[in-house]
Amino acid sequence: MKFGVVRFPGSCDEVDAQLACQRVGEAVILWHRDRDLQDVDAVVIPGGFSYGDYLRAGAIARFAPVMEEVAAFARSGGLVLGICNGFQVLCEAGLLPGALLPNTSLRFIFRQVELQVVSDDSPFTRACAPGDRLSIPVKHTTGRYYAPPEQLAELEARRQVLLRYAPGENPNGSLDDIAGVCNETRNVFGLMPHPEHAVDPLLGPTGGLPIFESMRAHVEQHVLA
Amino acid sequence: MRARVLVRPKAGILDPQGQAVERALPALGFSGVRNVHVGRLIELDVENPEQLPEMCQRLLTNPLIEDYVVEAVDGGQVAEIAASDSTADTEGQDAA
Repeated sequence: MKFGVVRFPGSCDEVDAQLACQRVGEAVILWHRDRDLQDVDAVVIPGGFSYGDYLRAGAIARFAPVMEEVAAFARSGGLVLGICNGFQVLCEAGLLPGALLPNTSLRFIFRQVELQVVSDDSPFTRACAPGDRLSIPVKHTTGRYYAPPEQLAELEARRQVLLRYAPGENPNGSLDDIAGVCNETRNVFGLMPHPEHAVDPLLGPTGGLPIFESMRAHVEQHVLA
Repeated sequence: MRARVLVRPKAGILDPQGQAVERALPALGFSGVRNVHVGRLIELDVENPEQLPEMCQRLLTNPLIEDYVVEAVDGGQVAEIAASDSTADTEGQDAA
């Protein structure tokens, strides 16, 4: 399968994301001004500080030419994974519910966190089992997940929360310990932790790998079959 | 037309910036300060002021987490010309 990793001015994790994707398939970089998604089977919006995060994190990047194509790709059922700043971009673009607010501590946090898989019923977590723990690093200042109460209730009812911070691990004040949510059709997923930094046993825990493996399994079963 | 957009966190959403400022003031000897919130001020000259609410909804604010008030500035005169739907309901909520 072929992944496409978007590069905005200010992205900084796109190379790690590409390397992580290359553990399970091919991966190309998609330039923010291009409208050609190069026939990729899945898109990754990586971490960083797209367009300087001016105004609000992710607020300007959503207007990049490539994002129009990514939105169309998502509407047609294509897999889109947003990591950290990519999660913020997808929320600002309305492709995912909710918003990311400044951490309760107002500080940049950078550490390993333990996540719990809430649902394996998604293209991004199907290689996991509910209750599995994934050890993945976070590094952000604006990672406090928020959704209004009625929207939050809908998310829970539709089982759109795929990952939570394990008890006592919530680093940023996210509501209900939410670390990652998907859209209603379950083909767009965003999370604040960085799975692409947790795929190489040489560098530590490999809790991020099942997310990329899940995506490959989904594409092989539903797209390439 | 000279306009300014006042953006504030929606009432009920935790505002750690406001809390940090509120905690810092007593350290300088200022007492009796409560319900501090920190927002953002955007100033702009516009030819089509009727577009300001849409600008606010689509870019200048995130309607999920922020409320806004649009003011027209003419010399020393300031007049409110638009606001997000929930602003009227939530202003002064902290005072209770």
